[in-house]
Amino acid sequence: MGASSRMAKANLRPAGFDDLGLQRALSDRLLPFLVAAMAFLAALALAGSVAAAALARHWQEGAEAVLTVQVPDPSSPSARPGASRLAQVLTLLRADPAVATARPLSQADLDQLLRPWLGAAAGRLALPLPAVIAVHLATPDAPLAALSASLETAAPGTQVESHGVWVRRLAALARSLQACAAVALLVVAAVAVAVVAVATHAGIAARREAIEIVHGLGASDGYMAARFAGRATRLAAIGGAAGALAALPVLLTLAGLAAPFGDLNAPSQATGAFQPGGLPALLWLALPLLPAIAAAIGYLTAQVTVRSWLRRLP
Amino acid sequence: MVRFEHVGLSYAVPGRERPASVLHDLSFNIPEGGFRWLLGPSGAGKTSMLRLMYLAARPSEGTLTLLGTEIARAGRRQLPGLRRRIGVVFQDFRLLPHLSAFDNVALPLRIGGRPEGQIRADVAEMLRWVGLAGKLESPPETLSGGEQQRVAIARAVIARPRLLLADEPTGNLDEAQAERLMRLLHELVRLGTTVVVATHNEALVARHAAPALRLDHGRLVAHG
Repeated sequence: MGASSRMAKANLRPAGFDDLGLQRALSDRLLPFLVAAMAFLAALALAGSVAAAALARHWQEGAEAVLTVQVPDPSSPSARPGASRLAQVLTLLRADPAVATARPLSQADLDQLLRPWLGAAAGRLALPLPAVIAVHLATPDAPLAALSASLETAAPGTQVESHGVWVRRLAALARSLQACAAVALLVVAAVAVAVVAVATHAGIAARREAIEIVHGLGASDGYMAARFAGRATRLAAIGGAAGALAALPVLLTLAGLAAPFGDLNAPSQATGAFQPGGLPALLWLALPLLPAIAAAIGYLTAQVTVRSWLRRLP
Repeated sequence: MVRFEHVGLSYAVPGRERPASVLHDLSFNIPEGGFRWLLGPSGAGKTSMLRLMYLAARPSEGTLTLLGTEIARAGRRQLPGLRRRIGVVFQDFRLLPHLSAFDNVALPLRIGGRPEGQIRADVAEMLRWVGLAGKLESPPETLSGGEQQRVAIARAVIARPRLLLADEPTGNLDEAQAERLMRLLHELVRLGTTVVVATHNEALVARHAAPALRLDHGRLVAHG
């Protein structure tokens, strides 16, 4: 190599000039791998939280406002002359302002409901079955006592079954799942902080002499903390991106498996429009944020770790 | 410029109740642009005194004033700026092994925030002056002891320090190189830099007569 070419090369300050030798001291394999694992778990926890929230909304909005009204002897005459008990109950229900819709289930619907218990012969059995009316209320918390009393008067023996109790229990379960997912996210974030802190301490130990030399040359704490933070930020961002990418096919598979179990992918859900692949829009927004969040954790943890260690130097 | 007033230095020793005292009641003054030899037998406290002057340690007692700043009163945020005005040639060189000779010498300028465009010419000129123009990209491990010492000297003076401290700076240099270094130090003194050189090289001291601080067992036994 000639002197001129050496000069030309030396004149170029390398991009990301590594005065503390951190490219070797902060491994570009272990830290990104561990952060990727954390990001993967965070993506799963986030998906769990979003799914639990969607379930809670689905149950509350869909089932809380639903009643089932059973009318025994539906064809018998009611208290009102000329009307069957079923017709009288339907008239009262449809006249009530708290009721949005009232639809009697057809014989085919009833056969479908009974098939799991009575088998394929359910439709041919001569059992005296009550008529079943599916009622959607205008508001979930509509008062039902007066309605039940008037139905009982018009067709004695009529039973009004509200789904609210079960819905509230299921909603509480969904909220608990959400809380667990949030706790899992916090734990994952705390472990990520610990991983970056341990890696930074290992880097400090490996480069202690270089740090002391650069410190002696007049580098401020901020100068050296910025070197570590820059390296940790890059590695954590790479790990976060890898973890999010690794989680994506898993989440898409889970969404595909969950799709038949409910109408969670319906565009009317409160999470907004659902996107290709069946993942909620919130997850499509959150997944790209994982590398940024991992980078922020890397930056802040390295800054705090290095600055606190440097305070032991004179 | 450099003022010691009854300065002492003690180190805590694990397992010992009382700290080990290495410097005792040192008082002297070196004006701006002054040159001092720092002499004394091994273990006399020369390196400890230099550590105080390059802010690797703080006095346990007394008052130390460097470049107009009383060290005991200086906040932690003030010290990096003060260190950037002090150049040090260490006996063991303390070069960064993962950096080239060029990058080692450029380091004080980069830490000081000097624009990269200004760094290139200065560093190349300095390395040329110490006879290492052909070894800009060489890592320290490929350089001889004398070459490493010249890189360390170049790094110490590249930022034009106001105070230059050197611990056995000629230990790995031949006589011609040592004389060349002394000419550089005298030139720095002429430009206003205060220079303190610790050495065992009595012949060098004899050829370059200058006031001396002589230490023995941590005490200043002669000054002048």
